[in-house]
Amino acid sequence: MKANSLRNISILTALVLGVGLGMVFLWAPLDADQGFIQKIFYLHVPLAIIALVGFVIGGIHAIRHLRTGDPIHDARSYVSIHMSVIFGVAVLITGAIWAKGSWGVWWEWREPTLVSFLIVFLLYATYYPLRYAIPDRERQARYSSVFAITAGAFVPLNFMAVRAAESFIHPRTFATANGGLPGDMLITFCVCIVGFALLWYTLVRFELTAKRTRGQLSRLRRALDGTPPPATAGARIAPGAAR
Amino acid sequence: MIGSILLAAPAIPLDEGGRYVAAAYIVFVVLLVIYVGIMAVRLGNLSKEIESLAELAERRNAGDQAGPGATEEPEAEKARA
Repeated sequence: MKANSLRNISILTALVLGVGLGMVFLWAPLDADQGFIQKIFYLHVPLAIIALVGFVIGGIHAIRHLRTGDPIHDARSYVSIHMSVIFGVAVLITGAIWAKGSWGVWWEWREPTLVSFLIVFLLYATYYPLRYAIPDRERQARYSSVFAITAGAFVPLNFMAVRAAESFIHPRTFATANGGLPGDMLITFCVCIVGFALLWYTLVRFELTAKRTRGQLSRLRRALDGTPPPATAGARIAPGAAR
Repeated sequence: MIGSILLAAPAIPLDEGGRYVAAAYIVFVVLLVIYVGIMAVRLGNLSKEIESLAELAERRNAGDQAGPGATEEPEAEKARA
């Protein structure tokens, strides 16, 4: 049942992403201002939005973990943040490439959108050393959850602060003034964002399933030859981790 | 189908920033491939672990079928020593 749903969601992800990329290159009109290079927008912006939403989802799972004490929520929080950090790497690299092509520089320190995303990314990069510096598994999960909640609350605050600040050169995706995206571009963008959201969700499900399988194997190993339990988070989320 | 899509697709305008667009999408695909590669290595490790557990279970079954004396023999020898 679970394997079937994972397969179905993978097929759906591939389909939506395929359609989205097809629309980007075959259907969406060229941007009057930037020309062909604007096609990076359909990759870079959805990745950034999904990464930031993923960080918030990690915080929500962390709240559930602190409220219930169920290690499955800690695992979900960890995997959500992990996947968003990977998406964040893609955002920074694709953003730098776009900046070089459009503005002639790889990075612009005076631009609040770029710097704020880098700050969020670096904040979450400290999640791993924090988590794995704590050997005790219960404390590790608790402290990681506190970090995920605090950092998760910082993400929307940071987004709003940047939105309120005057932008130097970085465009606003959903502008409230001066038009915003035209219809064809908006539809393509929406399909892409759904595709990347599905990709994020699928990869999170894959990661959780792998963790669950490792946990079950550890349990089986212990039952068969009586070895001590390993000090990994995966071992604690064996039952029903991929729910 | 992929071939027909590729034939229908216009050429990438390399002089109009097309190489930057290509680079960005290639970076994304490379990251995805690296991730899939890491998952494949993990899957390989899980497969090895399952193999070793299956061997362990088979050895145990073989020991049980040989009778309680067969498994107790080394213990008895140790006690005699």
